[in-house]
Parts: sequence; structure tokens; C-alpha cells
Amino acid sequence: MNGLGSEVWLAMVTCFAAIFTQNILLTTFLGMCPFTSVSREVKTAAGLGAAVVFVLTFTTTLNWLAYKYVLIPLELEFFRFILFIIIIAAFVQFVEMVIDRYSPKLYQNLGIFLPLITVNCAILGASLFMVIREYSFIQTIGYGFGAGLGWMLAILAMAGIRTRLNESRVPEGLRGPGITLIIAGLMALAFIGFTGVLG
Amino acid sequence: MMAQVKSNKDIILDGLWRDNPIFRQVLGICSTLAVTNAVLNTTVMCVSLTMVTALSCLTVSLLRHWTPANIRMMVQTLIIAFYVIVVDLILKAYWPEMSSNLGPFVGLIITNCIIMGRCEAFAGSNRPVSSFWDGFFNGLGYSLILLAISVVRELLGMGTILGFAMPYFSTPYWDKWIIMVMPPGAFFALASIIWLCRSIKSKEAKS
Repeated sequence: MNGLGSEVWLAMVTCFAAIFTQNILLTTFLGMCPFTSVSREVKTAAGLGAAVVFVLTFTTTLNWLAYKYVLIPLELEFFRFILFIIIIAAFVQFVEMVIDRYSPKLYQNLGIFLPLITVNCAILGASLFMVIREYSFIQTIGYGFGAGLGWMLAILAMAGIRTRLNESRVPEGLRGPGITLIIAGLMALAFIGFTGVLG
Repeated sequence: MMAQVKSNKDIILDGLWRDNPIFRQVLGICSTLAVTNAVLNTTVMCVSLTMVTALSCLTVSLLRHWTPANIRMMVQTLIIAFYVIVVDLILKAYWPEMSSNLGPFVGLIITNCIIMGRCEAFAGSNRPVSSFWDGFFNGLGYSLILLAISVVRELLGMGTILGFAMPYFSTPYWDKWIIMVMPPGAFFALASIIWLCRSIKSKEAKS
């Protein structure tokens, strides 16, 4: 029981770290493409963010199982890139079909973002980090959830700031992606402030 | 299926400047930006990326008549993944230190939007040789910007380039901008470069 308790505690720490101190977007720049292009409105950003949290949590967990019980016994670790991508694509496709069948309303809100997610580097990146950092099973669940939540937090904050930005005068060459990156830089600076919270 | 034949000069100019993947299309920064805090890491990453892009474009173009249209994305992904695995294994075997420095980012070349973008936009409907060069010069255009970013970051942040101490910047007269080698520095450096290039381009367009 004690072992399980400390495992869960470790998973919670990993989750917290993934949200704040090692935010997947602001410290490793993963998922930048949708971050710069889908952050114009808070509502769409929230939809995409929710979809990322959901997909990330499940795909990192599935990939952990596949890596541990298929690739390691077969000594095919180098094959992980292809296997992870196939699992992610298949999972996204599956979820899309399920949502479409059982909840048309949710499909309208979330469904359009699902295909975008397959090409989101943050999803594959989280799985690769999970392998390199040698997380345990429970830690992986915590990490996947935390990484997704961190990404959602960042894109929501960005969307909120960008709607305000509509009224400000930004230099011509900096409009669009340029100013988004500068704001992201300032956000990353703020997130660095969390470093050491868990130390 | 020959949409339009691009001359070699156009392919080079488009890849390097006119349609530069980074400041024109703002694509594919995810997988590489994280390693731009040191010039050496960036160089290795950029060489890998350019080779993967060029070879994937070549392969996609060679197979274009035999690829069914509805599964072409999957085929392209597998082709790209194949080359990435090759690069990953080569690095692991001959330069394990660099391989662990780059961590997951070599694998993330697969999801780099530029490669897929070039395969989809150019290689799918053009001849193998020009597809190869298109991929190569897009990769090169991307690499140039990233190398510029990494030079700025390493110089301002550590006072070195490729690990060699630079005059003035490594002396006590220069207060090291530690922030430049931390993640926010990458955002600021990239934004400044996009700003600079876009301003030059809009002047070019006006004249």
C-alpha cells in the first residue's frame, strides 16, 4: 500500500511539473503550429485544448503499454516512432467515430479538432519523453494528463491575450506569428518562475 | 499530372527566400527550436532534417504513380519515419553523446510539418530530381534561419560559438544574457528574425 501511495504521489508531482515547470509548449516548443494558428479565439482554443488533454492522456498510456509489452520483449525499440504514430492516428480515428456516433453535439464542438491533433508534435513528443525519462505506468498517466493540461493552459492564455491584441497597433512585420511568439516568450518567462516550487 | 514545371533557379530561390518555410509559412519550428541553444546541436539537427526532407521528397515522388490518393498521407508518414529511424540509428551508433543531447527531437522530425508539406505540395506531382532539390533547398532555407537563431542565442547567452570562446562576448565586459539559452530566449530570437525578414520582404515588394 505504501508503495502504491508513493507511486501516486510521484505521479502527482510529475503531473504538476508537466503543467508548470516543464510545460511542453513553453519549454520544449512542441505543438507550436496549432498554437500560432488556432489561438485567435478563446472558444476554439478551449475546444482544441480539451481535445489535446483527452488524446494526450490516452495515447501516452497506450504507447507506454505498447512499448513495455510489445517493443521491449521483441527488442524492436527503434521501431517506436512508427508504432507510436500508428497508435496515435488509430486512436484519434477511433475517438472521432465514437463521438460522431454517440454525441453529435460534442462532435460538432470537438470533432473538427481531432484530425488536427494527429499532426500535433506535442502528442508524439510526450510519448517520446515518456520513454526517455523512463516513467512508470502511473507516472505516465499523470504525465500525459499534465502535459495536455499545460498545453491547454498555454493556448487559452494566448487566445485571451490575442483577443485584446486586436485593438493594439503592432508593427507590420510583427503582426500574426511574430507577436504571438513574443507573447509566448513572455509567458515562458513567467512560467520559469515556477521552477523550484517542487524542489 | 505535371502542374507546372519549376525551373531550378525558382526552386532554389523559393526554398531559401521567397517561400522560406519559417518566416513565410511559419511551419515546423516545433521539432528544432528546442535545440537551438547550442550551435553544434542545431547543426546536427538541421543536417538530419535537410537530408530527411530531401530523401523523403525523392521517395514520395518516385512512388507517386503507385500511391493510392486516399492513403497517401499514411504512405508519406511511413516514408518519413523510415528515414528518421535511419538517422536516429546512425546517430546512436556513431555519436551517442549527440544522440542523448538531442533526446526526443530527432524522432520529432517525423511530425515536422515542413516535410509533409513539401511532400504534399511539391513531390506528389513533380519529377523525382526536382522534388529532391525542392526538399533539399526548403530544408536548407529552414536550417539557415535556425542556425542564425542558434548563433545569436549561444553568443549572447554563453559568449561562445560552437563551444569556442568569442572575443569580447566571453570577457567580463559582456554580461551574459542567460535568458537567451533558456526557452524564452528562443521565442524572442525567432520573433526578431521573423520581424526582420518580413520587413525586408515588404520593402522588396514595395520597390
